[in-house]
Amino acid sequence: MARILAVMEQRDGTLRKVSHEIVTAARLLADTLGTTVDALVIGAGPVAGIDALGGFGADRVLTVEHEGLGLYQPDGYATAAAAAADGCAAVMCAATATGKDLAPRIAAKLGAAYAAEITGCTVDGEHLVATRPVYAGKALQRVRMTGTAVLSVRPNTVPPAQSAKAGAVEAFVMPTFTPRVTVTEVKAPAVAVLDVAEAAIVVSGGRGLKEPEHFSLIEDLAAALGDAAVGASRAVVDAGWRDHSAQVGQTGKTVSPNLYVAVGISGAIQHLAGMRTAKTIVAINKDADAPIFKVADYGIVGDLFEVVPRLTDEVKKAKAEG
Amino acid sequence: MKIAVCLKRVPDTTAKIVIGGDGKSIDESGVKFVPNPYDEYAVEEAISLQEKAAAGETVVYSLGGASSQETIRTALAMGIDRGVLLEGAGSADGMVVARALASELEGQGFDLILFGKLAVDDYNHQVGAMTAELMGLPCITTVSHLEIENGGVVAEREIEGGVEVVTCRLPAVLTCEKGLNEPRLPKLKGIMAAKKKPLEVKPVELAPGNMEVVGLELPPARSEGKIVGEGPDAVPELVNLLRHEAKVL
Ligand SMILES: Cc1cc2nc3c(=O)[nH]c(=O)nc-3n(C[C@H](O)[C@H](O)[C@H](O)COP(=O)(O)OP(=O)(O)OC[C@H]3O[C@@H](n4cnc5c(N)ncnc54)[C@H](O)[C@@H]3O)c2cc1C
Ligand SMILES: Nc1ncnc2c1ncn2[C@@H]1O[C@H](COP(=O)(O)O)[C@@H](O)[C@H]1O
Repeated sequence: MARILAVMEQRDGTLRKVSHEIVTAARLLADTLGTTVDALVIGAGPVAGIDALGGFGADRVLTVEHEGLGLYQPDGYATAAAAAADGCAAVMCAATATGKDLAPRIAAKLGAAYAAEITGCTVDGEHLVATRPVYAGKALQRVRMTGTAVLSVRPNTVPPAQSAKAGAVEAFVMPTFTPRVTVTEVKAPAVAVLDVAEAAIVVSGGRGLKEPEHFSLIEDLAAALGDAAVGASRAVVDAGWRDHSAQVGQTGKTVSPNLYVAVGISGAIQHLAGMRTAKTIVAINKDADAPIFKVADYGIVGDLFEVVPRLTDEVKKAKAEG
Repeated sequence: MKIAVCLKRVPDTTAKIVIGGDGKSIDESGVKFVPNPYDEYAVEEAISLQEKAAAGETVVYSLGGASSQETIRTALAMGIDRGVLLEGAGSADGMVVARALASELEGQGFDLILFGKLAVDDYNHQVGAMTAELMGLPCITTVSHLEIENGGVVAEREIEGGVEVVTCRLPAVLTCEKGLNEPRLPKLKGIMAAKKKPLEVKPVELAPGNMEVVGLELPPARSEGKIVGEGPDAVPELVNLLRHEAKVL
């Protein structure tokens, strides 16, 4: 059976963590198909972290080093990936900003079909059948794909798992390409922020916080939980309290963290669209009839200004106990 | 500048989704259809670029059934000059749609071809970049800020933990993200004018693709959660449940 190509992501010469999830996802599919996994790493020079890829299930690590490919360059990345995908059963990217830009270009170069933001994939004879949320998460679609299937996998769907394979590194010689666009700069915020779409824990605040300054309550809780990103409802993003990059929902980001805490958020259908696939949902709201409680696993009805500081304290205590 | 906008007719985002009898599509009865929200950013951008230049032409393209004429008229009412309906059954396979759009747009001399970042029905997030690739044009996706000067494009797109600044030359394909602009509402005068604007209907046969929808289901309902308690006194029990039942702490 044809191989599976897992397309890796790096930033500033270091492999991004989401790449571990993609190799794991590729490994799971490869085991079902009885085939091997190639992980493709593209950068301007050696990329730190590729030694770990064998541990997540890569049989081979293909590296492309090209001076024009340090920053993301869609034409070069798509050319390299399409060449490396020759004869593959599937090409898997992360459904990140980069992966979602890259995957359709690879598909077009291959003349292949592309299933975006999949949450599952099974095998049906010669075909792959991918499951993906559609209609803002209000339905799940299953698509059967013929030939090489290009897929992007939603972050946090497949937890990275160890599955040691050779992971032998080989230089891949890519065809020449013409860069049609140039990434001139990546503007990063002064303090690095964890992205809501990739974080394992997301704490989001809504209009119930009353004032933008009160988001410090959310930030404190996120800090206590550790490795947590701060999200927001559209109401507070539109009000200018938080950046759009933090918005969760239909017109914001789709998140599937292990834990989602909604504070002072009513749970409008467009907000639910972005977070209903979270594994565990906690809601804190003073209105017992708020729709957020319909999807929450655990709810506390109460004034967030009393509940959240207490929760932050108790989480700290619990963490200290270990 | 000559600008094309690709526009899809989609169910209103607040529509309740009911699965159709075929188990593969939605039951459209009683569902209100609207222009894809992200395509409205594309329409607005096209019109405002034309207004700024006080020159050029804007054309909207939609592939779909006869009812997509109504969607095209909405774009014409906002200010687009003319519309083209590629009339035919759509496809869930973005490559199939991209091939049809690319062959229609090829050789028309557009400086800019605008798409939405995704259509809110199939959430395919692909047709713009595929069309660009098929036409051999530069493409920047999910653009939330745009400047065009002397044939050069400077665009910004959000990535995890930052913003990418991307440049290219015209002609180019861009896909539009929220934040790019505030789409105008059609005014009565525009709605009247739209009735007289040209709308060409061309039948299309789509070439078969490599993807077929085999099922559509409602997502599994989340099991009924529990209210742990009221007020701050419920917090210790919540933390206990998160640690020992949900095992997320
Ligand atoms: C096309 C479209 C797209 C949209 N996309 C999105 C999207 O991507 N994301 C999104 O979030 N929304 C989106 N919306 C908006 C959505 O419909 C809601 O308006 C929005 O989510 C409401 O935000 P909120 O919950 O913060 O505010 P509200 O609905 O005002 O809710 C505030 C909540 O806080 C509670 N509260 C108040 N005070 C306290 C207190 N002291 N303690 C505890 N609780 C308190 C209230 O009981 C209430 O439930 C979209 C809407 C449309 C039409
Ligand atoms: N049937 C269609 N007719 C015209 N444009 C379309 C059609 N389908 C998709 N598009 C365009 O492609 C963009 C991305 O759609 P998608 O890849 O289907 O999510 C949309 O925002 C539209 O601009």
